[in-house]
Order: sequence, then C-alpha cells, then structure tokens
Amino acid sequence: MLNVTTPEANRAVTRGNTLDPKVVAKDVNVYYGEKQALFDVTVNIPDRGVMAFIGPSGCGKSTFLRCINRMNDTIPICRVTGKITIDDEDIYDPALDVVQLRARVGMVFQKPNPFPKSIYENVAYGPRIHGLAATKAELDHIVQSSLEKAALWKEVKDRLNDPGTGLSGGQQQRLCIARAVAVSPEVILMDEPCSALDPIATAKVEELIDELKKNFCIIIVTHSMQQAARVSQRTAFFHLGVLVEEGATNDIFTNPKDQRTQDYITGRFG
Amino acid sequence: MTVETAPMATETHAAPRIREATQARIRKRYAAERRFKAYGVAAILFGLVFLVALFSTIATRGYTAFLQSAFTLPVHLDQSAFGSSTPPSQTDIQMADYTKLANRALFQALGVDPANKADAKAAAQLLSANADVQIRQAVQADPSLIGKTIDLELLAHGNVDTLMKGHFDRSIAENRRQLSDKQLAWLDKAAASGQLAKHFNTGLFTYGASSKPETAGVGVALVGSLYMMLIVLLIAVPLGVAAAVYLEEFAPKNLLTDTIEVNINNLAAVPSIVFGLLGLAIFINFMGIPRSAALVGGLVLALMTLPTIIIATRAAVAAVPPSIREAALGVGASKMQSITHHVLPLAVPGILTGTIIGLAKALGETAPLLMIGMVAFVVDFPKTPLDASTALPVQIFMWATAAERGFVERTAGATLILLAFLICMNVTAVILRRRYERRW
Repeated sequence: MLNVTTPEANRAVTRGNTLDPKVVAKDVNVYYGEKQALFDVTVNIPDRGVMAFIGPSGCGKSTFLRCINRMNDTIPICRVTGKITIDDEDIYDPALDVVQLRARVGMVFQKPNPFPKSIYENVAYGPRIHGLAATKAELDHIVQSSLEKAALWKEVKDRLNDPGTGLSGGQQQRLCIARAVAVSPEVILMDEPCSALDPIATAKVEELIDELKKNFCIIIVTHSMQQAARVSQRTAFFHLGVLVEEGATNDIFTNPKDQRTQDYITGRFG
Repeated sequence: MTVETAPMATETHAAPRIREATQARIRKRYAAERRFKAYGVAAILFGLVFLVALFSTIATRGYTAFLQSAFTLPVHLDQSAFGSSTPPSQTDIQMADYTKLANRALFQALGVDPANKADAKAAAQLLSANADVQIRQAVQADPSLIGKTIDLELLAHGNVDTLMKGHFDRSIAENRRQLSDKQLAWLDKAAASGQLAKHFNTGLFTYGASSKPETAGVGVALVGSLYMMLIVLLIAVPLGVAAAVYLEEFAPKNLLTDTIEVNINNLAAVPSIVFGLLGLAIFINFMGIPRSAALVGGLVLALMTLPTIIIATRAAVAAVPPSIREAALGVGASKMQSITHHVLPLAVPGILTGTIIGLAKALGETAPLLMIGMVAFVVDFPKTPLDASTALPVQIFMWATAAERGFVERTAGATLILLAFLICMNVTAVILRRRYERRW
C-alpha cells in the first residue's frame, strides 16, 4: 500500500478545510464538439495547499485543470458550461479579461517548455509584459526571487544569459515554475509536471511544491498516486469525465468511499 | 516444397530443407535491397550528368563573354579638334570629331596611310563605332587632357573580337568573309605587338542594349531586375507574412477560410504568363502605369511570389511547437504578444528561406514580363522604377535571337550571371536555415 502517514499529510487534513475555498467549481460540463468530456464537476479547492487530481488517462482531469485558467479557450471546438469562481469572482464572466486571469492563475505544463531565450529572459518575460517592474533593478530582483522560490537560483546564478533550453530536464521544469511564479499568481496549475523527469529531478520538484504551497494555491494533475500521496493535502479522483470522489488525501488513499476509487488506487484499472 | 509437409517428415529430414528455403529468402531480400540502391544511384547519376552537361555547355560558351578585345592606342587630343576658344566650351567638347582622333591613332599604330582612301576605310572598320564615345567620356571627365597624348583602351569591332577569340574561319574565300586579308595582316601585327589584346569585359556589366555586340551589356537589365526585386520584397513579404499569420493563427476554421487556403495553393501553380496578362489588364490598361516600367514588372512578380511566401510562412509558423504558444499564454501574454514575441521570431528562418526562394524564382521569371512590354531595347539606365527597363532573363531571351557571334557568347555569359545570382540566393537560404535551425 501507499505510504500516506507522513506528518505533512496529517496536518493537511486539519488545514485543508473547505469552508474558505479559493477556487470553486459548480456543475462544470465541458464539450469537445459533440463529445462531452466532463460531467457536472463540482469541487472546492482550498487556498495555500496542494490539491491533486488523479485518475486514468482520458478521464478529464487535465481538461478540468485547463478550465481554471481558460486555456481551453484556445481550442475552437471546446465549450464550457457551469461556473468556476476564484475568490468569488466568476472567471467565465464575459467582462473578465482572460489575459489578466492567466496572470493570476499560472500554469506549469507536462513537458518543460522554456522559451528558446536566456534563463533571465524566460523569467523576466511575464513581469515585463504585465509591467510589474519599473526599473531594471526591480526586474533583476523579481528574477532572482522567482528563481530562488523555484530552488534554481544557486544552480544558474552565474549563467543567467545562457539559453533556458540548455538546462537539464528537471532544471527546465523548475525554470518554468520560476517563470509562473514571477508574475505573482494566486493559483498555480501543474499538469503532470514530473512525467518527463527522472526520479531525482522529480524529488526536487516535489520538494519545491511543498515549499510553494505556503504561499500559493496549487492544483496538480498527476498519474502517479505516490506523488499525489506525497505532495497533496486533498485529492480528487476523476473517472470517465466524472469527479468520483474528493476528500483529504489520507482518506482517499486509506479509506475510499467509492468502489471505483478503491479499484483504481489498488491498481485494478488505469 | 511447402512447409506444410514438415510435420509429416521426421525432424532431421525437414530441417535442412527449411533452412535452405530461409536462406534463399534472405538472399532474395538482400538482392532486392541492393537493386533498389542501384536504381537510386543510377537516378542520381543520370541527373548529375545532365546538370554537368548543362553547366559545362553554358560555361564553355559563355566564359569568353567576360573578355573583350580592345586596342590600346596613344590618342593625341589635338587642340585644333576642339575649336578655337581656350579653354574649349562644353559644346566644343560635345561636338568634337572624336572618330577622327581615334582613327588617326589607329592608322599610326597599324602603319596605314590616311591618304589611301580604301585602306583608311578598311582600317577604320576595325574600331568599334563606340570608340568616339569612349574618348569623349575621357575628355569630359578631365578636360585638362586636351592637347596631350593619352593611352586609351578603345573597343575593337565585334568581328575583330571574334577573330581574337579564335572563332574566325580564315579558310573561307576572302570576298565572303567579314575581314579582308589586308585587315587580317594589320590585326595580326597589332596582336603580336600587344596593341590589340583581350581585357576583362567591364562593359558587359555597365552597358545597356546595343545592336553592336561589343557595346551590349546587362547593366540596364541588372538595374531593372534590382528594382523589381525591391518591389517584390516591399510588397510581397509584408502582405504574405501578414496573410499567413492571420490564416494560421487567427482565422476561424470554416468553409470560407478553407476555400481561401485551397486557392492560395492553386495560385502557386498558376502559369506565370497568366500573371502577365493580369498585369497587362490591371496595372497597364486600367491603372495606367507606363509599359515596360519596372514598377509593373515588380507588381506582377510580387503577385506571383505571394503564394510561395504565404505557403512558406504558414509552414514555418505551424512548425513552432504549440508548447511555446501555451507557455506564453500561460504567463498571461495576449495572443498577439505570444505571436510577435515568440512564434514569429522562431518562424523567421523559415520565412526568410521561403522569401529568398520566392525571390529567386521571380528573378528568373521571363514569361509574364514579355506580356507587359519589358522585351524592350533600353539603352539608358532607368532612373526610377517608372522608367522603361528590361530584366536579366529577358535580356538573355533577346540576345538569344541575335545572329552575331558576339551575342551568342553574351547569351551564355548573361545566363552565367543569372545563375550566379540564383546560386548566391539559394546558398543564402541554406545558410540561414542551417544557422537558425530549430532551437527548441
């Protein structure tokens, strides 16, 4: 069985309350053309913690994640109904500027995708287009603190002008996290951030997630149940476009209420 | 024998037969592979042979065009030839009888008696009709030369040039060939003394059209082609890139955009003469731009190049991985920002390659220019794109129809110049592609 009795996870159960959620989704349905990908997903996601979405491939967990920063808007045939709010603000409100939303909701992708520019430029790009720094010194400060938050500063501080694509896979992914952190988002979405990394790089990124949750609301999609158990305080299990079960990570892994969850975490399917 | 019989026989009996069949099959497979490779090599060799034949034919016929025979003569700029006033007025310099000065120098060099009318006439025929212009230009450049004797390289007549390049057949009866025995004797003497020699032919690059081969050059055609390339660059590149980026990134996918896409691809395959007709109908007849103007040619070639650039740009933009776009959108860049900051810079090498190849195609295009009157005998350099001019491939086309030996070698020579330009452009495209290869 999975080891979920870490002190971290225990504390999370008490802290991961749903009374004051950061992100609230209610009856979210997503359609790709004729095909419905998500069915009436309702979930509350707490602030300052890690929420993991698990489930077999094609279950809709990434689709749901991409609804939260409206990345699905870029797919022409995709249609979203229902309501998602961040701090009680409807993010599908037509009056809301999607560009501003994406500055508030950062995203880290499955495959590390640094811009083919220097390390410095990768991190500075977001603050620059949002006008977060008035001077070069301020920008330097943002870049440094973002790289520090992403636990990358020590490794790259002497080669900030080297191309970001020249880093190792794990460093690239942490650079992408630094890039997301640099615009001071409130929520960080991570779409299988470790699936392209080796175990050592994975451990580093997980350590980093643990550190980041003190300041951000983190939502992570993962294929690895061990990872969900290690980093998250709450877990939601998706199956065939339905949110089957959601609760404290401890409970989901040790005492699942639904048979499908039980089957999945014991490896019957998936 | 088939394998089905194997179970019937004993193992020791069947094994060798199966092994044999397997080996035969393997041998056959390798033979097929070798045959396929041989076909490929043969195809490449076949192509190479033709390419080498083509290039060597053009080169052997054309290299002589880069040399031109000229007399190096001490020309005495006699004060009396320039009127009575000192210093001579502009009109005097303009009107002076330079032919007389040139002939006098030539007669002296060849030892011809000017009093002998027949000899003098025969000797004068050996100089290019342009020799007087050459002396006049020298005097106009520096009037202080008047009264002095200067050494000048005066172009020889086309027939003399043919003789110098070894294309003249002396065995033909005297009354049927271009140069008489007497003229040949003079020329042999001049060549032996070094007064008549072949020099690098700068005139090939500076002269315009001429009915005399020794003063015909691709200068005007080069300027015309340059104007047209600039117009293509200014019109087709911005339009093409804008259209391609819109179609690739912004346009909704519906029947209309699908139709436009298909038609852009079709447009790239439209025969170029059709574009010439379009240019004739719209730019000349409807809009009233003068015929033979480089502007019309440039516009027509721009229309022709547009599909090539659009297709190349779309391919380059589509080749930028979606992860880069997502990364930009993910940090809150607008769609426009993600395109101008990330997608376009990454697509630039592809766009440049497509543009250069499109330009190279336009540079070598002849048919549409025939329709808009660029097959013209243009002597003066066009000062603006609205003046009459001609283009490099059109100049080749016109020379190819001329009979003189000098034009035959010029046809090949101009083809070499055109090929050199095309090779330069294609090499640039390859270098750009290598240099900015995918960096993601």
